[in-house]
This record gives sequence, C-alpha cells and structure tokens, in this order.
Amino acid sequence: MSDGGNIKGLSVLDRPNSYIGKTVPRPNLDRLMQGRGQYVTDIVLPRMAHVVFLRSPHARAKILAIDSATAKAMPGVIAVVTGRELAEVITPWVGVLTHLKGLKSAPQHAIAIDRVCWQGEAMAAIVASSRALAEDAAEQVIVDYEELTPVVDMRTALDPGTPVIHESLGDNLAFERNLDAGAVDDAFEKSDEVIEAEFVFGRHTGVTLEPRAILADWNAGESRLTVYQGTQAPHMMQNIIAKHLDLQESQIRVLCKDVGGSFGIKVHVYADDMATCALSKLLRRPIKFVADRVESFTTDIHARDHICKGKIGVNKDGTIKAFAIDDLTGIGPYSMYPRTSAIEANQVVNLVGGPYTTANYRARARVVFQNKNVTCQYRAVGHPIACSVTEGLVDLAAQRIGMDPVEIRRLNLIRDDAYPCASASGMKFEALSHHAALDKLLAMMNYDRLRAEQAALRERGIYRGIGLASFIEVTNPAAAFYGVGGARISSQDGVTIRLDATGSVICQTSITEQGQGSESLTAQIVGSVLGVSMDKVRVILGDTDNTPYGGGTWASRGAGIGGEAALQAAKVLRDNILKVAAAILQSTPGDLDIVDGKVVDAVGGAERIELNELARIVYFRPDTLPPGFQSELMATRHFVPRDYPFAFTNGIQASWLEVDVNTGFITLLDHWVVEDCGTIINPQLVDEQIRGGVVQGLGAALYEHCIYDERGQLTNANMADYLVPMAGEMPDIQVGHCVSPTMETELGAKGAGEAGTAGAAACVANAVNDALSPFAVTITEIPLTPKLVLTALKRF
Amino acid sequence: MTQPMPVSFTVNGERVDALVLPRLNLADFLRDQLGLTGTHVGCEHGVCGACTIRVDGDIVRSCLILAVQAHGADVQTIEGLSDSGDVADLQNAFRNRNALQCGFCTPGMLMAAQDLLAQQVSPTRDEIREHLSGNYCRCTGYHAIVDAVETTAKARAERRA
Repeated sequence: MSDGGNIKGLSVLDRPNSYIGKTVPRPNLDRLMQGRGQYVTDIVLPRMAHVVFLRSPHARAKILAIDSATAKAMPGVIAVVTGRELAEVITPWVGVLTHLKGLKSAPQHAIAIDRVCWQGEAMAAIVASSRALAEDAAEQVIVDYEELTPVVDMRTALDPGTPVIHESLGDNLAFERNLDAGAVDDAFEKSDEVIEAEFVFGRHTGVTLEPRAILADWNAGESRLTVYQGTQAPHMMQNIIAKHLDLQESQIRVLCKDVGGSFGIKVHVYADDMATCALSKLLRRPIKFVADRVESFTTDIHARDHICKGKIGVNKDGTIKAFAIDDLTGIGPYSMYPRTSAIEANQVVNLVGGPYTTANYRARARVVFQNKNVTCQYRAVGHPIACSVTEGLVDLAAQRIGMDPVEIRRLNLIRDDAYPCASASGMKFEALSHHAALDKLLAMMNYDRLRAEQAALRERGIYRGIGLASFIEVTNPAAAFYGVGGARISSQDGVTIRLDATGSVICQTSITEQGQGSESLTAQIVGSVLGVSMDKVRVILGDTDNTPYGGGTWASRGAGIGGEAALQAAKVLRDNILKVAAAILQSTPGDLDIVDGKVVDAVGGAERIELNELARIVYFRPDTLPPGFQSELMATRHFVPRDYPFAFTNGIQASWLEVDVNTGFITLLDHWVVEDCGTIINPQLVDEQIRGGVVQGLGAALYEHCIYDERGQLTNANMADYLVPMAGEMPDIQVGHCVSPTMETELGAKGAGEAGTAGAAACVANAVNDALSPFAVTITEIPLTPKLVLTALKRF
Repeated sequence: MTQPMPVSFTVNGERVDALVLPRLNLADFLRDQLGLTGTHVGCEHGVCGACTIRVDGDIVRSCLILAVQAHGADVQTIEGLSDSGDVADLQNAFRNRNALQCGFCTPGMLMAAQDLLAQQVSPTRDEIREHLSGNYCRCTGYHAIVDAVETTAKARAERRA
C-alpha cells in the first residue's frame, strides 16, 4: 500500500476503528424525532406570501377567458397572475433528450396559456397573505372553457380517429424504440414451447408524506433568488431556474434542508415550482407553494401505466431460448423536464431478460401522449415492469414444461463466474451473483419446507403461494443516463473536507439527504479514512452556495458516487495532515498514521500529536512551522464512473402469501430479499433501504392505482380512496446480502435504494398465480385487487 | 361565524390565549401561530396520521379538529413530549433501529406508539402494527418501527419488573 503509511495489507476501508460495514446510528436523528427538523413547509420568511394555483377541472380544453376581477378584490389577495402574464418573466421548456432518438414533446409553460392538457394543470396563480385567503380567492376566478375530447386510453392514442394533443407534433407518439438482438425468430421457431401473456401495470404515484413544497425569495436588492426546496438535485434546479428566468447560476442559491420523502418524485422540474420562482421575481417578495394532497395526486409525477405484451420461448429441458416484448406506455400530455418521460420505457427495453443467459431478445416500446397527469421517473424506474414481465414469463414457462420455478432459474440465470459480460440488450455487467443470491434466499426461506406446507394446506382448502423474482438494478449512473442526451444534470459528485482549528472536520458534499443516510455514510467514510471519530465530522449537504457542484441523490448513486468522492477527498486531507505532522514532528508522512483523532507512529502506534493540537499550530502558530511550508487542511475530490455506464446490482426476492378465494383478499405472510450492492457501508441503512423499497413495490402490487375515468378525471385523488401500504397489512421482511464490490472504485459500493421496489411486485404476482394454480388461473395485472382476483376466478 | 373567536388552552404546559378564525384547524394553529412545526401536515383529511397530537390524554388528528374546539383542553405536541422526556426511551429505540428515514411521519408515529404503550404493557407485533395502522410511513416499510416499539415495550416491562 502506498497511501501515506497505511499498515501493509490494510485498505483504507479496514483501517483500525473503521466504520465501514458497521451499523451506527445516523447523525442528527434527534432533530427529526423531536419535531425540530426544518422542512420547507416549516420555513417562514419576512413578507412571505402564499401562492395557490387554480387548476383545470377538464382533461383537455381551450381556455377562452379568465376573469379574475372579483378575486383580485378579495381580502389578502396580492396578485392573480395568468400564464400569459407570467410568461413575461419565464420561458417555456421542452422535455427531450438527444440520445433518445426521435423523442418529441411540446413546449410547456409554467402556467398554461390558452389551453389545458390534463385535469390539474395550473391556469392561474393566486397570491395572498395566507394560503386560506388565496384559496378563497381562487374560487372566485371565473374561467370560460371550450371542452375538447380528451385522449385517455393509451391503446387508442395512436389511432387515426384519435385527436392529436399537440398539433405541431403531428401525432401522439412521443417515442419509439426497437431492439433486435440475436436470432429471435429462429429461437422461437426452435423452442419446444412458446408462451405469450399481456402484462398490465396500473398508474401509481409516490405519495411522499410531505407534499412538494418550495419557497422562492427574490431579493431585488441583491438580484438574487434563494430557493428553499425539498429537492433531490439542487444544482440541477439552480441551472434550470437560471436558464428559464434569464439569470446567472451565481444569482441563484438552492437550499435543501429536511425533505419529507422523495423517491424520485422530487427530482423533476414541476411547472408549479418554476411558477413560484417566477412569481417571486415578478412580485419581489418571498412566495411559498405547498401542494395539498389533492394537488399532489393530480400533479406529482405518476409512474408505470404500461401494457406490455411478453413472449418467451423455452425448451422442455428448461432452456430459455428467447424473450420478446411489445411495451406501450401513456405518459400524459408532456414529456417531463429535464429527465423526460421516455426513460421508463427505455429502461424496460434495457432490463427485460437481464438476469438470464439467452442472447435472443426483441423489444419494441412505444410512449404515447394522453390527457392525464404526466408520468416520469419514480423509484426503480422501469425495473418493476421489466422484472414482472421477465419473471412472470419465466414462471409461465416453468409451469408449461412442469418444472419448479427454482430449477428453471438455476438453469438460466447468468453464472456467477461468467463476468464481465453483457445482456442481450447490451447492458454491461461487471460482477453479479444471481446463483449465490438464489441459494441464500432458498436457505433463508426454507423453500422445501414451505412447499410441503403449501401442499398440506391446499388439502384443507387454504391457498398459499410462493413467488420468486430475480432482478438486476441500475445504480451509480455515469453521464450515459442524462448528460449524453444534453441534460445539464451532473453525473459527477464532489466532496470537500477540511480540518478546523479545534480538530473538528467539516465535510461538504453534493449528494443530498432525504432520509436514506447520505449524511451518515459520508461521515462514516470520512471518519474511517481520516482516522477520526464520526461525531467529529459535520456533514453539510443541500446548499448550492456551500457544497461542490454535483448531481445529488437519485438513481441509487449517493453511496457509490458521492461516497467514493468522500473517500478520495479524505485520503488527500489525510496525506496533507500527515505532511504537517511530519513537519512538526521532524518525521516523514509515511511513518505516521492517524487513529482516533491522533497522529501516531505507523509502526507501534505510539501517540505523537493530537489533531486539535496540530490544527492549533497550523491556524494560530504557522510561524513555528518550517520556512516555506504551507499547510493545506482542506481538500476536494470529485468522482464519476467512467468504465461502466451503470454499476448493475442484482438480487432475488420471494413472497409467501395466502389468497382467500372467496373474498379475493391477499394476505402477505412473509417476504425475503437477498441483494448484492457491493461494499456495504452501513448494514442497517442498506437493509432499511431494501425494506422501504419492498413496501413501495408491495403497494404497487396490491393497492396503489391512480384511477382515471373516460373523461380523464382522476377519481381517487385522496388518501382515503388511493390506498397505500399501512403497518397492519405489511409483513416483516427478511434481508440477506451477497457482496460483489465494484472494482471501479476504491469504496466498491453500488446502490441499494431501488432493489426492493424492483422485484417486490413480480414475486407477489408470481406467488398469487402459484396460489391459484389449482384453479388454472393466471393474473398478469397489478394492482392485484380483490375484484381482479375474483374476476379471474369467475366469482365476481 | 367568520369573526375571530377567543380561545384559551394549554399547549405543552403553557397557557395559550388567542383569537382564532372558526375555520382554522388545530394543526395549522399549532404550526403557524405557535411555531410548533413538529406537528406535520401530510394529507389534511385525517388519513395519514402525521399531525397526531395528544389532547386531554387522547391522541387525535389535529387536522380534523378546529382550534376553537381545543378551548379549555390540555394539548401536548411532540416538542412537549420530547422536552419532558416522556418518549426519550422510544426515541432512543427509533434512533438505534433506524426506525425513521425522512422523519416526516415520526412525530405522529411516536405519539401513536406511546399511546399504545400506555395502554398495553406487552403488545404483540401484530398489535403494534394494528395500533400504528393509522400512521402512514412511506420510507421504512414499518418493520423497523415495529421493532423499535417492541424493544421499548420490553425494556419498560423489565424496568417495571
């Protein structure tokens, strides 16, 4: 080892007193538990006004006139602003990326001008001294509409008789991708069995407990906009707000303090948020917008809403010969900005069949416009669809040839010693562990005993099922995700670390915290590499004025990318500290080490000087250091993956559940996950990411559904009618791990944030079909509502 | 009834006298007029449980009662329970088990959990899940929360024994 006197054989990760791989409590949880966090909804500024948006009751209509005279005269009202008026200070945007060839969308305004394209689109902003007064006034704004026939059903969106939502685009097709790998026709022809099924995925949404919230404060005296926002990507927001408000980035500071849940919902650019920034500039005062729950349902991005036809070819010996899919998704009237709404379908094409060896794969994905709320990237983008289609087809194939679901996976999963390799769709895999994960899962769940129990219960008319789902997960994305397509979204992250005069460590990172543990993992890495205790490390995140430029926290990238930057920055600072120590002690850096906040002899460990004493000399008595010696107790490093576009992880999940064939109710009894995210920095945090992700996937599997009627009205936009998983229905979730570190970084960590969501719905659906196998019933639609189950059983 | 009305009650042991509009709910009053922002507003229709507080010893959804209805009541919020040490062991268990991620549900979750533990010395995991089933958490998947509440119940039972 060459790095500054480490004991030979020890990496920076397993130095004495390392926090890597240890469960330690996250710093600063007391603040949240005592109700002393600072969410955007909590922040109040002098002269702050509140904005409420008047929203379209129609899915598609022309706006003929807006009469706000009465509203403007209401108590507390400061302004009523229409889209056309706001367009004076903000430009529209188009959500396309050049690497998604052919993707098209129409210009979207912060507030609609002349026409509305979904129920919930804002038509006017009402600014008042309180939210209640703004809501009162909003009721008095009179709008004349000409209602138009909405495009609701994605299946008919491309039909010649269907209205075109954006005339300038020519049709309702936003994006199409075709992929043909291997010899698909030949493979199907030579398959002993070919099985087809249509998989249907309901629209659902993120339901963050804290709604979207933003407080924009234009200070006309400073010509600066300070934006407090619950966002996952502060620098992206800074860039985009600057671009559309005609400002320099340096005129904008985005501050992100505590965030009440994100999951991808808070990584996008919402028209409401942009309008709030523009209103602050227009009205020269702080303006706050907090979505209420109805607005959250009608304007937070939705996700999924796919119909995917799948086909699998299999031989009687269990060899999978080919996969083919034809995916259709409806994304609402606009491709979301700036990440676009074509990414999910693109991911489906990338990921189907990914765990398996077959090289024969054909895919078509079509992304169509419709007059519903927009869809975009939500936790595990595309993964649940790809996983449910793949694993559903694999189970159907196994059933057809009379093979156990475990055996068909054993036969076809990519071997653990086959890496590096690529999937049929061209995804590059560095090192995965499908077989080790499968073996571990079977042991954890005691598969054979469970099968025996299932058989015994079936005799008594109790229908339980076991479902498996292997999956791969995209993490640590490099520029391949967005940057290459022209989006100004950093794929690089940076960390700055400094040693202060009293020996405490200040660490600024460009990744953000929404509860995943970004602060903890950063402090754990920095503490471990520097050789100081974690409580000496203060981590600063979520502030574009005070952190290095970077991407933020999304796509399971915080630990793998931000963590590596932290590791590298800490190594530099450590070397710099040892140079100072060597100067003070008349030693050489290579002979010294830092342990527990003290510089010690690398051999023998004798204590030489405490860091606070070293820092005191550096800052207050530099005159005592050798002539010409300049200390540098602050170091910055950045990191972005270059070898692999994504660091794929893998895993497998299993569900054990019971279906009541008389009521259609599904009771989840047990759930197991084995996943491989490489180096585990904090086992507890990883496990909790998995569990939380699983439960979001279970919500999609069983309950969550944005139900639109034929007029494009969202009929269940409240938490009483839109069901989310609650404690009473959820099972305990057992989590195990395999560890295949990425060699691209010294840290070796890959992401873990989306693995749970990726496979949960697939294994539940497989378990339900397993439970219902005596009835020769197969359901390939989620959410698996009691009605759906009873309908399949012809009992409804 | 659109004129402000006088109300008097105690919040975390301090007397509060205020003029409030009849339509103002208690959650908004606590947050906006008293600055007690630990009481969170998640759905404003009584489903999510983020605004759970204690009124005269019972847990209630503060978004579903009006400030004027609190007249004469004894109100406890998460700030009060934290400062009195009432839930200190529960908070410790939440910290050690990472039973919170974003923390937005946590004040309400602690309120509901403490309410259960006041009624039942040794709740089963199913009973814990049932009692917390009115409090929505999007982050954790609940398993860790159930663990933390169970751990606290056991520790309290041991202390009593």
